[in-house]
Amino acid sequence: MPVSHAEEGYVTADGRQIGGTLMEMKNITLRFGGVVAIKDISFDIRDGEIRAIIGPNGAGKSSMLNVISGFYVPTEGDVYFKKVKRGPMKPYEVARLGIARTFQNIALFDGMSVLDNIMTGRLTMIKSGLLSQALWYGSAAREEYAHREKVERIIDFLEIQNIRKTPVGRLPYGLKKRVELARALAAEPKLLLLDEPMAGMNVEEKEDMSRFILDLNDEFGTTICLIEHDMGVVMDLSDRVVVMDYGRKIGDGTPDEVRNNQDVIDAYLGVAHD
Amino acid sequence: MPEAKAATAEPQSIPALLARNVQRYGGLPAFREKEFGIWQSWTWTQANEEIRAIALGFLSVGVERGDSIAVIGRNRPRHYWAMIAAQMCGAIPVPLYQDAVADEMAYVLEHCGARFVVCGDQEQVDKVIEIGDRVQGLKHIAYTDKRGMRKYDHAKMNSLADLQAQGIAGHYRYGTELDERISELNYDTTCVMLYTSGTTGKPKGVVLSNRNIIETAKNSVGFDKLNALDEVVAYLPMAWVGDFIFSMGQAMWAGFTVNCPESAATMMTDLREIGPTYFFAPPRVFEGQLTNVMIRMEDAGRVKKWLFDHFMAVARKVGPSILDGKPVGVLDRMHYALGNLFVYGPLKNTLGFSRIRVGYTAGEAIGPEIFEFYRSLGINLKQLYGQTEASVFITQQPDGQVRNDTVGVPSPGVEVKIGDNGEVYYRGPGTFVEYFKNPESTASTKDPEGWVATGDAGYFEPETGHLRIIDRAKDVGKMADGRLFAPKYVENKLKFYPSILEAVVFGNGRDRCAAFINIDLTAVGNWAERNNIAYASYQELAGHPKVYEMIRGHVAEVNRSIASDPILAGCQIHRFLILHKELDADDGEMTRTRKVRRNIVAEKYADLIAALYDGRDSIYTETEVTYEDGRKGKITATLNIADAEVAPEQRRAA
Repeated sequence: MPVSHAEEGYVTADGRQIGGTLMEMKNITLRFGGVVAIKDISFDIRDGEIRAIIGPNGAGKSSMLNVISGFYVPTEGDVYFKKVKRGPMKPYEVARLGIARTFQNIALFDGMSVLDNIMTGRLTMIKSGLLSQALWYGSAAREEYAHREKVERIIDFLEIQNIRKTPVGRLPYGLKKRVELARALAAEPKLLLLDEPMAGMNVEEKEDMSRFILDLNDEFGTTICLIEHDMGVVMDLSDRVVVMDYGRKIGDGTPDEVRNNQDVIDAYLGVAHD
Repeated sequence: MPEAKAATAEPQSIPALLARNVQRYGGLPAFREKEFGIWQSWTWTQANEEIRAIALGFLSVGVERGDSIAVIGRNRPRHYWAMIAAQMCGAIPVPLYQDAVADEMAYVLEHCGARFVVCGDQEQVDKVIEIGDRVQGLKHIAYTDKRGMRKYDHAKMNSLADLQAQGIAGHYRYGTELDERISELNYDTTCVMLYTSGTTGKPKGVVLSNRNIIETAKNSVGFDKLNALDEVVAYLPMAWVGDFIFSMGQAMWAGFTVNCPESAATMMTDLREIGPTYFFAPPRVFEGQLTNVMIRMEDAGRVKKWLFDHFMAVARKVGPSILDGKPVGVLDRMHYALGNLFVYGPLKNTLGFSRIRVGYTAGEAIGPEIFEFYRSLGINLKQLYGQTEASVFITQQPDGQVRNDTVGVPSPGVEVKIGDNGEVYYRGPGTFVEYFKNPESTASTKDPEGWVATGDAGYFEPETGHLRIIDRAKDVGKMADGRLFAPKYVENKLKFYPSILEAVVFGNGRDRCAAFINIDLTAVGNWAERNNIAYASYQELAGHPKVYEMIRGHVAEVNRSIASDPILAGCQIHRFLILHKELDADDGEMTRTRKVRRNIVAEKYADLIAALYDGRDSIYTETEVTYEDGRKGKITATLNIADAEVAPEQRRAA
C-alpha cells in the first residue's frame, strides 16, 4: 500500500518545501454504539503543510479532528505521530506532544484578561512548584518572565496589543477567535488544529484570520490542520485537502485535484438518484 | 552666507546635533518604544550607534549624495533613525503618509525621485512593489517588520536590521566616507522634504533646510523653556511637519525623549503610561477624549456624577485664572484644591495629562468648551498657528495670555503682516527654501523678499496684538447681496457640538446659506442608546427624524450666535441635510489631515446642493465609495432636507 514511506516530502505551488510525514492516520474507524462516524479513513499530515478537512455537515470532520487531537480513541485503526504509534492519552500528554487546538465554539475563560487566557496556553511548560509560585520567589518569577515574553511575542504577532488587559467576556466574537488562536500558539505547537477558525466572521475578519494562518505557518513553521466551511478560504489557504462525506473519505489531494473530483462535486452539489 | 559661517561652533545639522547630544546627555533616554508590552528604551549613545549602523548600511547599498530616501511607516524609533541616517549620507529623507493609497504614493515617490524606500511593514512593501514599475530608478527597499516577508524576492530588498548588520560589517570600508559626508552638512543642506497634503491639486514637496528646522527648534524650545528631561509622545503622522519639528527638530535641540506608542490602537494607554510633559494634538484628539469622559460620566453612579459636576463648575469658574496666575480668593483656591484631590487629579491621570507643562493644539479651530475644559483642569493648553512652509511656527500663545479665539503673537524671529485683502503673510528663519521641482508655485507663494502668503484671512486685535484667523482667504466670498461669506467660521461653530463631526457650508454668490452635516457616530450612537432609538447602520441613524430634530436645534443655536455678529450675519443656515456617509480621505473628500476639500465635495454632491436650494424635501442619491484596499463600491440613499430656524439679525447702530 502506498500510504506512507514516501518520505521526501514535496514542494508547494508557492515554493515552500514540505517535509516528511508528521502524523499518519491508518484505516481509522470510529463508532458510537451503532452510529459510524468515521469509516476506514487513511491520510497523512506532512511536516510544515496546511492541511484542510472539508465536507458537508455531519460528514465527520470534527470527529476526525478529535481523533487527531487524541480526544477520541478510534474504534479501529492506528494513529502515528512522528512515526510512533499512539495509544489512549490524557489531554496534558497531548499538549506535551506538541499538539494544540482551537474549538468550534469558543472555549476561553470569560472573566480573565486576554493576557491571562493566553498564559494558560503555557501551563504545561511551567516547571516551578506550587509553593515557589505562591511566594513568587526565585525560579518562579524568572520562569514567568520568560513565559510572559513568549506570550507578548504572540500578542504582537496577532496584533492584539490594545486588548491585552481586557477581560475576554467583553470582546466581540472575531477577537475572541483570535485570542483562542493566540492561546493555542502559546503552547508552541508542532501541529495546530483549527476547528472552523472563520465560522461566523465577516469578510474582513476572514481575510485577517487567513493572513494570520499563512503568516504563522511561514514564521514559526507550524503544521496546520483545519476544518473550514468557506470553500474560497480552504482552496486559497491549504496545500492539500481531505474531503469527507458520511464518514468516508471521498477525495484527497491539492485544491485543484479536489475541485475536479467528480465524487466531491456530487457530494457538494447533490446527484440525481433514479 | 556670512552669519552661517560665523556660527560654525553651533551644530548645523541634525547629525551634528546628535553628536552633541551624545556628548551632553549620553546616558539619558533619547527614544522609547513600547514593544512586547514593555517600554524599550535607547540612550543617546545607543541611538547614535543604531543610526550610524543604518547610515553605513545605506552606503553599502549605494546611497549617493542628494538621493531621496522615502520613509513610510508609523511612528517608530527606527523610522526616525532612518531619516537621520539618510541625512548623514547626504541624502534627503522624505516621510510619507502611511495610510495613503498606492496611487497617491506613486505620485510622491516619482516626484521626489526616491531611489530608496524604508517601509514599516509588509503592507507598505506591497504598495511600493505594486507601483514599482511606475517609479523610475527605485533601487532598494528596506523594511522594519520582518513578518510575512520571507517569501518575497530579496534581490532588491532586505530588512533594516540586516541592512544595519551589513553596514556594521562594512564599517572599515564605509566609515571614512560616512564621516566625510557628515562633515559636509551645513545650514543650507536640505534637512527634510515634506509633501503637503494640499487642499487642492497634487501634493507639493516642501524643501526645508537645516537652518529652517534648527533655528525654528531653537526659538520654539526657548519660547516654552523645554529641556532634556521633557517627554513627548510621537503619534501623529511622520509625514506631517509638526511631528518632524516636535519629535525631531525640538527633540534634537533640547535633547528630550521621544516615546513611540505600541500601535495606533494602544495610543491612549501608552499616553497614560508615559505621561508626557510636552504634548501636541489636533483639536479632534482633545474632542474625542472629552467625549469619552462625558460618555463615561453619564454611566457613573450618582455620587460620582455629583462630585464631577460640582467640581467641574468650580474648575470652570476659577481654574483658568489660577493657571494664568491671576488673583483668586483664598476660599476659591481651597475649593479648587479639594477638587484637584477628588476629580481633576485622577481625571488628568486617566487622560495621561498629569505631568503636562506645555500642550499645544493647532490645525483647526478648537471649541471653546473643549479648550476651557482642559484649561480649567490646570492643563496648560495653548494654541499655535502654523504651516508646513513655515516649519510650523507662525504665531503662538505665550503662557498667561491664552484665549480660545486667537492664535497668539508672532513666534520668536517670525515677522507677520496683513495684506490689503486681509490675507496673512509671514517671513522668518523657518520659511521654506522652495517647492521641489516647482519654481512656479514657489514664486507665487514666496515673494523675493521672503514673504509667504498663508492663504488665510485674519487680523491683529488692536488691544492685545494677538492674531485672529477668520477663514481661508480663497473660501471667504460674498453672498448675492454683497455680504461677507465665511464658511469655515460657521462650520467651526457647528463642529463644536459633539454630535456634529463635520459640516460643509455653501452659499458663495447665493442669497442664503445651506449646509451638509456629518454626525459623530460615537456621540450620536450613545445619545440614541440613552433615548431608546434603534438603528442598524450609520446611514439609518443619520436619517433618523429624531437625529434631524436634534441637529436642527444645534443649527438654530448657531444661527442665533451668528446673527449677533454684524459682519457675518448673512451666513445663517437656512436649510441643511445630514449626509448618509462620513466624508473620507479615501474618497478624496478630505485631506489626509482631515480637512474638507470643499470643491471636490461640491462637485461630487452637486445633486444634493441643488436640492438644498430648489425647495425639495428629500432626494435620492447614489455615491461612489472607495474601500481601504482601493476597491470601489456604491451606496444609495434617500436623504431628507430640513429647514432651519433663522434668527432675526441684530443690527447694531453703526
